[in-house]
Amino acid sequence: MSTKPNAAVDAKEKSVGGSVAGYVDDRLASANFTKRLLNKVFPDHWSFMLGEVALYSFIVLLLSGVYLTLWFKPSMVEVIYNGSYVPLKGVKMSEAFASTLDISFDVRGGLLMRQIHHWAALFFIAAMSVHVGRIFFTGAFRKPREINWVIGTLLLVLGVLEGFAGYSLPDDLLSGTGLRIAQGIVQALPFVGTYLAMFLFGGEFPGTDFIPRLYSIHILLIPGILLGLITVHLIMVFYQKHTQFPGEGRTESNVVGYRLFPIYVAKAGGFFFIVFGVITLIAALVTINGIWLYGPYTPSQVTAGSQPDWYIGFLDGAVRIMPNWETNLLGYTISWNLIVPALVIPGIMFTALGLYPWIESWVTGDKKEHHLLDRPRNAPVRTGLGVMAISFYLMLWISGGNDIIATAFNLSINQITWFLRIALFVVPLIAFKVTKRICLGLQRRDHEKLLHGYETGQILRLPHGEFIEIHKPISDKEKAVILSKKDYSPLALEALSDANGVRNPNGGKAKIRARMSNWYYGENIARPSAAELEAAAHHAEHELHEAQKHMQQITH
Amino acid sequence: MALSRKHPAVLATVIGVALGTMGVAYAAVDSGTKPKSVVASQTQVEEGKALYIEGCSSCHGLAGQGSEVGPTLIGVGAASVDFQVSTGRMPLAAPGIQAEPKPSSYNESETAALAAYIATLGPGPAIPTAEMLDISGADLALGGELFRTNCAQCHSVSGRGGALSEGGVAPSLLGSSPKVIYEAMVAGPANMPVFSDSVLPVEDKQAILAYIEELQANKNPGGNGLGRLGPVTEGLFVWIAGLGVLLGVAVWIGAKAK
Amino acid sequence: MSHEHNSVEPYGAKDGVDVVSGVPVFPMGEHQLRKADLDPKAAKRAEIQVASMFGLSALSILGSIISYIKVPNESLVSVPVIGTVNANHVSVGTLFGLGIFLIGAGAIHWAKKLMPDEEVVQERHPLTSEKSERDEVAEIFKRGKAESGISEYKIIRRTLLGALSLFPLPLLVFLRDLGPMPGTRLRETIWDEGIHIVTDATYRKIKAADIQIGGLINAVPENLLEVEHEDENLNERGKASIILVRLDPADIVSQQGEGWDYEGIVAFSKICTHVGCPISLYQQRTHHLLCPCHQSTFDLSDSGNVVFGPAARRMPQLPITVDSEGYLVAKSGFQEPVGPSFWERG
Repeated sequence: MSTKPNAAVDAKEKSVGGSVAGYVDDRLASANFTKRLLNKVFPDHWSFMLGEVALYSFIVLLLSGVYLTLWFKPSMVEVIYNGSYVPLKGVKMSEAFASTLDISFDVRGGLLMRQIHHWAALFFIAAMSVHVGRIFFTGAFRKPREINWVIGTLLLVLGVLEGFAGYSLPDDLLSGTGLRIAQGIVQALPFVGTYLAMFLFGGEFPGTDFIPRLYSIHILLIPGILLGLITVHLIMVFYQKHTQFPGEGRTESNVVGYRLFPIYVAKAGGFFFIVFGVITLIAALVTINGIWLYGPYTPSQVTAGSQPDWYIGFLDGAVRIMPNWETNLLGYTISWNLIVPALVIPGIMFTALGLYPWIESWVTGDKKEHHLLDRPRNAPVRTGLGVMAISFYLMLWISGGNDIIATAFNLSINQITWFLRIALFVVPLIAFKVTKRICLGLQRRDHEKLLHGYETGQILRLPHGEFIEIHKPISDKEKAVILSKKDYSPLALEALSDANGVRNPNGGKAKIRARMSNWYYGENIARPSAAELEAAAHHAEHELHEAQKHMQQITH
Repeated sequence: MALSRKHPAVLATVIGVALGTMGVAYAAVDSGTKPKSVVASQTQVEEGKALYIEGCSSCHGLAGQGSEVGPTLIGVGAASVDFQVSTGRMPLAAPGIQAEPKPSSYNESETAALAAYIATLGPGPAIPTAEMLDISGADLALGGELFRTNCAQCHSVSGRGGALSEGGVAPSLLGSSPKVIYEAMVAGPANMPVFSDSVLPVEDKQAILAYIEELQANKNPGGNGLGRLGPVTEGLFVWIAGLGVLLGVAVWIGAKAK
Repeated sequence: MSHEHNSVEPYGAKDGVDVVSGVPVFPMGEHQLRKADLDPKAAKRAEIQVASMFGLSALSILGSIISYIKVPNESLVSVPVIGTVNANHVSVGTLFGLGIFLIGAGAIHWAKKLMPDEEVVQERHPLTSEKSERDEVAEIFKRGKAESGISEYKIIRRTLLGALSLFPLPLLVFLRDLGPMPGTRLRETIWDEGIHIVTDATYRKIKAADIQIGGLINAVPENLLEVEHEDENLNERGKASIILVRLDPADIVSQQGEGWDYEGIVAFSKICTHVGCPISLYQQRTHHLLCPCHQSTFDLSDSGNVVFGPAARRMPQLPITVDSEGYLVAKSGFQEPVGPSFWERG
């Protein structure tokens, strides 16, 4: 082992570290907690770091955000710009925009902090998104982690809102256009829209109240809630212990990995610096949101290629490809063209996301605790549904950039829009089918590997002229992973009526459930039985033996 | 779909194209500002007429009256001809939604002759003089405001162009000379509306030209501008390059050391 | 390094099968030693690598501070690939970022190469409490409920519920003064009979004769600046902005009102009827007006009707004429509300 015991160092540690720990423990009885904390074992896998990227981006956001508040003036009072950016000298603009220009051009390091903040925001939500994906596809949301899944969903929604609020604060032409759209959507809501818009904006758009109001929401309200939820999220991960992938020595009732101290203090702590460093390097070398190009917001100007940040793109895309349905009902206007894409679609998307753990467990009837992760291929329907949801989201996201695509690839906006209107429904269905097929194919391959071993590539000619390829049994390591697949069976219909033939009052519901459960599990490839495995092992041994025999003959 | 957020080639192309355009822009700015004589001589008109009959009349008619395949050129003015011919949009390579720019088929004096001839068919906007294109005293900030009010809706705030309906495009201004841009404003080629000198006076146009020159210089104090395409490329960058690097590090952390 | 559990069969397994999931359990594989575990030279190399990363980091951070002080903030420099950039920003940021990155890289390298890498097994504990404990909680709850008497004191219970449900109400009511009631605001603009049409940004009156066929002017009412100064906001601009285009009168298919044009010059609201983006992507050949936000397309030669996209309503037209000197003026205000839809619009 590489650690060198050193008596002198040990003695010193005892005297300093020990006395501090003693002082604290005398007051908090913290030794037990500290002991468990430092010894906590976490499993090691690259995909377990995705959530960390989100967490660290959030910390970077807090740090850089505080810095920006020192110079930013959340005010819509009109001023004449007189800073050092010449092409805007003498132009009338809001104080919010002018102070953002000052941060960008007259505060040293200000542009760096602005760009760190904005890039970190894009990272934060992107990392949360892939983190959700990892949790979903491995089934980590199952009992007992459903509550944390819901907290995660809330974090994602709040993150998106927080991002949009931040994007809107500088009051440049792009963000103002974004706000105009948001205001137009609020105004179009049935019953309350007009009032809500008037109250939010202190009158008509743009007014002079909104940016200061948004500012307190952006720097206090939402970050406060985010911080609280993130804390609970982490405590729950700590308390319930991390899930792990199947493998040698890994069971439902243990955790195999490394201790928090010192390994994860170094690895996860180091990763914080990596994330912070990468964001800073990108902020130093790549411009984000060059507000000086957009100019100050005024409601009579607009730019071609008006896009929101990527995480709002799916919403903007939905609004873009929605047909122009509007109903006039008894003198009242119902704007389906806004309510559906901006409210109904995201409402369904995030509700379905948040409720998925319960939906799945209702369908499968699986109420057990799960700490070993599923391999995505072993849950073909879940994986298919996930890919389906992603492709639906992707279609909306692409719709949000239809004009950029049109110019980049010389296509017609009208054709792209029509294509996407259809693709939004067709592509996800195809994605589901294809993914499910691929998963089942992979299961079948696993099955083959277990029973017949892997192909060595060595070809052997048997005495009667037949060629065979030598198969070798797979390693225990691989076996442990493949055999981790649980044998699920669809819910049976037997509960429909009892022994005396009396119909179960919940028969209809049970029938639907049985059918859905059958759809969920029906096509899964069963795990080979112990007898099959033994027979296969026997066969492999025999084949190897035969082969060796022939080899000897040949060499003789 | 054609645009995959996972594909690094997309970003590389975007950056590549942007950098390439910049290079062309510098070259064009250098060559486009030479002063030109405005008064046409009779021989020039004659030469222009000959060129016209040979190269243009099959579509625009022997007397410039137009036909089913080409609009009338009576009253379009010299500016329009110089714009269309010097940028290679005319003669048309292939019928389409709008004429694509390409290397010009006529040299400078031939283009001038063609313009001089068409100008005799009816009064229309003339080719701007060197004084009209002189931006030394222009108000850059006013230019910016005018640009954002009148130009950005199609050509975008960064001047890199944008999509129109039915497959049309507002071209990038980053490779265009001040003269060509001026001509486009007064002539209104294809679907571009006309911004005549009587409505948008010469000083305003000079201010706009000065601002476009500032855009063409492509100064990005905060680092690479990602083609100045806005949130779309920024989002692609985060997903491909940003998360790509961090996932790479995560894999490194999770991998067992040898 | 010691296992927390040294048993070959991990916890929770019986007869080689996980008791919880029914999945076969394989014992831990053999631990592979690293180069640095076997070869002191390799360990020394790793030590030097980690230390140099930390050392370089310190230098970078110091360099970043020096750049902050020494490199002027106004100076633009040309850097290959990155472009023409602010030298202060790029040097400070790159050195700072590199410094941070190297701390992380060093720490991870240290953990991977020099800290123990044998995996440890730790038991999970059931997340469900003992039955007796759960019963005890229920018991405590029952006792507390009985002691409080909430079931018996009906009046107390009901009045408490009433008070509690009323208490958040004022918090909502106090939001009333966030903004004014809508009134007729969304139906009115400052356009009125005889108001001159002026160019946006330069505020010049416009002679009808100056506009050519195919011409486009982004315009506002002459009194806009005055109103903006008085109101100290841009609200009127968000409603009253218009575009003027001149069509060949022969191309005009229809208008929203008889004679609302002036010799082929038509004025339309600039504020999209979808969600309110200002649009002036006017394509003079097709007479189409395209919104860059959501691609709604309107035909200005045909009453501003929607031809494509998510907008449901046509662009409102402003009736115009000229004054005695030939300058364009509004014949009246807009005849319908401009901008995006709202519930009470009808």
